[in-house]
Amino acid sequence: MSSLGRTRCVAPRRYRRAVPVIQTEELTKRFPATTALDQLTIDVEPGVVGLVGANGAGKSTLIKILLGLSPATSGRASVFGLDVVKDGPKIRERVGYMPEHDCLPADVSATEFVVHMARMSGLPADAARERTADTLRHVGLYEERYRPIGGYSTGMKQRVKLAQALVHDPEIVMLDEPTNGLDPVGRDDMLALIRRIWAEFGITVLVTSHLLGELERIADHVVVIDAGRLLRSSSTSEFTRTSQFLVVELTAETDAVAATLAEQGLTVKRDGAQLVLSLDDEAIYDVVRDAVAAHGVGLIRLEQRRHHISEIFGAEPADD
Amino acid sequence: MTEQTPSGVIHDIGYRKYDGARLGRARVARALYAHSLRGAYGLGRSAKAKVLPMLLLGVMCLPAFIIAVIANVTSTITAELPLPYSRYVVVTQGILTIFVAAQAPASLSRDLRFKTVPLYFSRPMERTDYVLAKFAALSTALLMLIAAPLLIMYVGALLAELPAWEQTSDLLLALLGAVVFSVVFAGVGLLIASLTARRGFGVAAIITVFALSFAAVSALQGIIRYEVEDIDLAGWLGLLSPITLADGFQTWVLDASSSAVAPPPGAAGGVVYVLVTFAVIGACWALLNLRYRKVSA
Repeated sequence: MSSLGRTRCVAPRRYRRAVPVIQTEELTKRFPATTALDQLTIDVEPGVVGLVGANGAGKSTLIKILLGLSPATSGRASVFGLDVVKDGPKIRERVGYMPEHDCLPADVSATEFVVHMARMSGLPADAARERTADTLRHVGLYEERYRPIGGYSTGMKQRVKLAQALVHDPEIVMLDEPTNGLDPVGRDDMLALIRRIWAEFGITVLVTSHLLGELERIADHVVVIDAGRLLRSSSTSEFTRTSQFLVVELTAETDAVAATLAEQGLTVKRDGAQLVLSLDDEAIYDVVRDAVAAHGVGLIRLEQRRHHISEIFGAEPADD
Repeated sequence: MTEQTPSGVIHDIGYRKYDGARLGRARVARALYAHSLRGAYGLGRSAKAKVLPMLLLGVMCLPAFIIAVIANVTSTITAELPLPYSRYVVVTQGILTIFVAAQAPASLSRDLRFKTVPLYFSRPMERTDYVLAKFAALSTALLMLIAAPLLIMYVGALLAELPAWEQTSDLLLALLGAVVFSVVFAGVGLLIASLTARRGFGVAAIITVFALSFAAVSALQGIIRYEVEDIDLAGWLGLLSPITLADGFQTWVLDASSSAVAPPPGAAGGVVYVLVTFAVIGACWALLNLRYRKVSA
């Protein structure tokens, strides 16, 4: 990642699509008491797409409409260019879905359960077994996969839920609040795993969360909805990936080091006792190290910092 | 496992895409049917889940085995089995009721309780496919439970050298009757099971419906037939319990020996029994589908 501006995720060519994977057009869903979606129009391109909103903002409703499980009141939606109303079964063949709630039987092992779900996605018996073994390994379940799911921790259950969504090698997975109920470490593991689903497996991810902060770490694109309305749809790369900074704090001679770095052609800003460098290139670490060594001073802090989407949303609104 | 990376860490061979076959709706429904049928006998489930269905199968077959032995011992005296094939189901209906009460909730309430249903419906199959697969699986499981002892009796009859042609045609008619019993039992059992996510409730409700209705109908039929001496009214009452209903169906359509206190009254009664039997099966099917249209995904 070197250039400023728009960066696209690198993926195998078959996954680069000109057309959006998901499109909605003035999608509306009304329940007797509430309006869950209110004329929502969004395009989702391949990559990791975060869908952020408070509880009850309409995230789960949107996923259910996209899967053809729940009819929209008005408006249109398509997945892979297929209409969700007419081509539900065709869409569901190529989509993986991880629900928000518990959905695992307690009395069977993860292996048995995921094999069964693979068969329910249309895989022949042999392929189902082989892909189950692969998928459980990818989500990080090893020996415990032969024990009944009832005895699993929340983190392990979330992994099984993810495995059943991935086992048939879908083209897109829809993950509804996958970090719910996880402790901070489990949360980080799950987020890293979700990032890998796109980066390594080449599967587009639509992931929902009520926490903006965690999605900015992994999503290429974030869609924020509130009360069923689109609040903002923006590429995270514009905000975070390309606006990273390196913060340097020294024991002494801060100004002298700053001058040296400026001579090397870096943009250096002074922020109190700290120097803030725009982190355009990995090579900057070496330049900083050499400059600090040349002056013979101590290095107290050398850390990456970037804007948070939340800051940006608050400060300078920018549409994609 | 043909693909291997030549170097690197053994545990990480990277993600492999799946380019193999993806079977359509019909094959998926068939896989669910096979899975549910095996599940009804505890196959592919825990050892604990196998105990009851296997025990019931054994208990179901035991009287048939005894009948077969008796037929062989008494073959010089009589050319008939001590119990006709078509009466076996009604005589052993208690075992069938326990089987349905145990396995219908295991099939449906379990998916409801663990909220697994949305995982099925977010896959290629339609909701009617799910209902059809579950209905067909439990019907087949029940048919096997009924057919097994009948076949034991048939083998016994042949060994006793009872008239082969007569025995074969009796057996085939009884098997047709068994199909009706199986579908009616499965339909009513699944419909009750689909209404509750609690397995215990399902078990209790199904036993209550089958056993209570049979006991009540039989008692009333007895009183009305022998005390009031109205055999027609007693016959009509048989419509009110699944067991006497299916028995009336096979008595009239298949000319089977009736086990009920009173058979369907006349030709009109027979036709009504047939219509009601089909109506019950159709209603179970329609209500199950209605129920699963409402299950939130």
